[in-house]
Amino acid sequence: MFRKLILSESLSSQNEMTLLTRCALALVISILTIGLSAALILSPKAEPVLAIEALDKLALSGVENPVTAVLLNFRSYDTLLEIAVLLIVAVTMSTPSNKQMNQSAADTSRWLSVNDAQFVHPILTALLRWLIPLGILLSGYLLWTGAYLPGGAFQAGAVLTGVGVALAVAGRHHFTWHLFIARFVLTVGLIAFVAMAAGNALATGIVLQYPIEHAGLIILLVELAATISIAAILLMLFTQITALPNTSERLKP
Amino acid sequence: MVIIVSIELWMDVLLAVSTVLLAGLTLAARNVFTAIVLYVCLGLLVTIIWVRLNAWDVAIAEAAIGAGLTGALLLMAWRRLNHPVIVPSKDAKDVS
Amino acid sequence: MTHDLLFSITGVVLIGIGLFGSVASTHIIKKLIAINIMGLGIFMIFLSTARHGMITDPIPHAVVLTGIVVAIAGTSLCLWLALKIHLLGEDTTEEVNANDV
Repeated sequence: MFRKLILSESLSSQNEMTLLTRCALALVISILTIGLSAALILSPKAEPVLAIEALDKLALSGVENPVTAVLLNFRSYDTLLEIAVLLIVAVTMSTPSNKQMNQSAADTSRWLSVNDAQFVHPILTALLRWLIPLGILLSGYLLWTGAYLPGGAFQAGAVLTGVGVALAVAGRHHFTWHLFIARFVLTVGLIAFVAMAAGNALATGIVLQYPIEHAGLIILLVELAATISIAAILLMLFTQITALPNTSERLKP
Repeated sequence: MVIIVSIELWMDVLLAVSTVLLAGLTLAARNVFTAIVLYVCLGLLVTIIWVRLNAWDVAIAEAAIGAGLTGALLLMAWRRLNHPVIVPSKDAKDVS
Repeated sequence: MTHDLLFSITGVVLIGIGLFGSVASTHIIKKLIAINIMGLGIFMIFLSTARHGMITDPIPHAVVLTGIVVAIAGTSLCLWLALKIHLLGEDTTEEVNANDV
């Protein structure tokens, strides 16, 4: 049933399933879908017990946006472990490639280096000059309003990643990820989260229970660190894929 | 009131049907590039559904990550897999 | 009530489409897109069951936010591994023009 995986597009028309297999597969999956739909229609709607509980305790969380309260206070284990998962992916992908694409041209002693030798489109540069400060501003705004309105660490981190991706795609800037400063930026979210948890364990006796009067400030600081880390990790995933050498380079003698 | 409710219902039905259609088209596309572009469109359509479901936080994250960043990643990987470009020399880089 | 059920069923159909695509398509990027479509369906079921009339349950929203970020991390890890395998030279028989090298 599971065919050999094809990585090259010119070959992907071969190795396809026969029509009969496809029909059988479609039949099985439609039965599954109908069963799932029937289960959804027939099962009674659950009572919103947990939602009422969470909205009741919103005043104790230090923020006014219920989603931020759940993410950073009531269920902060989720967020802590999620940043850990992101860091594991980043560590996996940080294996140095022996033939990095821009290695010869770019300065690798700095985290973000400018490479003037490469051709850069002038209109793109002019656009980025406006777009990048605006993106950073939007990211900060989303982080700050996450306490009251929709927004928060994930959204701010995603917008900041977008800024970095625009910078990397434009071709003039080059990121180097094996330096100490880059590693610090990648891990600062997890470090801040674990330090905060340890501090809470010493102060209140329970690992992730914040003192109520400082909860808003603690959440903002942890969110700031998490934003920087999430943005850096997602940007690293992008640049590591970009930095892999091309097919033609492998075939060079 | 009745008319307003029914308009909302029709909008939701339209959104749901077009999402399913777009998902089907995405996977039926012969060309991988077409599939990636249609997936980005699907992400934007789903963002509207998240707004309809009152999930503003998720809508912002989906628009930035699901539609924007995933599309960029997939396109980059697609280029690396299929388009052998000219090896960049020291003085010039041709992004084709 | 009907709206929630409508989007729940849409989510189930998306899961079905994604499952079919992830088994039937051969190219790695199309398989990843199909898996991501399955993820969208799951998120849709989560968010449509989070509405209880006037009040909205924030907990599924938080879980879905976490899920979106983990999904992109998993997708990029898959892409990176695929590119690494591609560079090792498995199943690459495509012709490279002389002026490309």
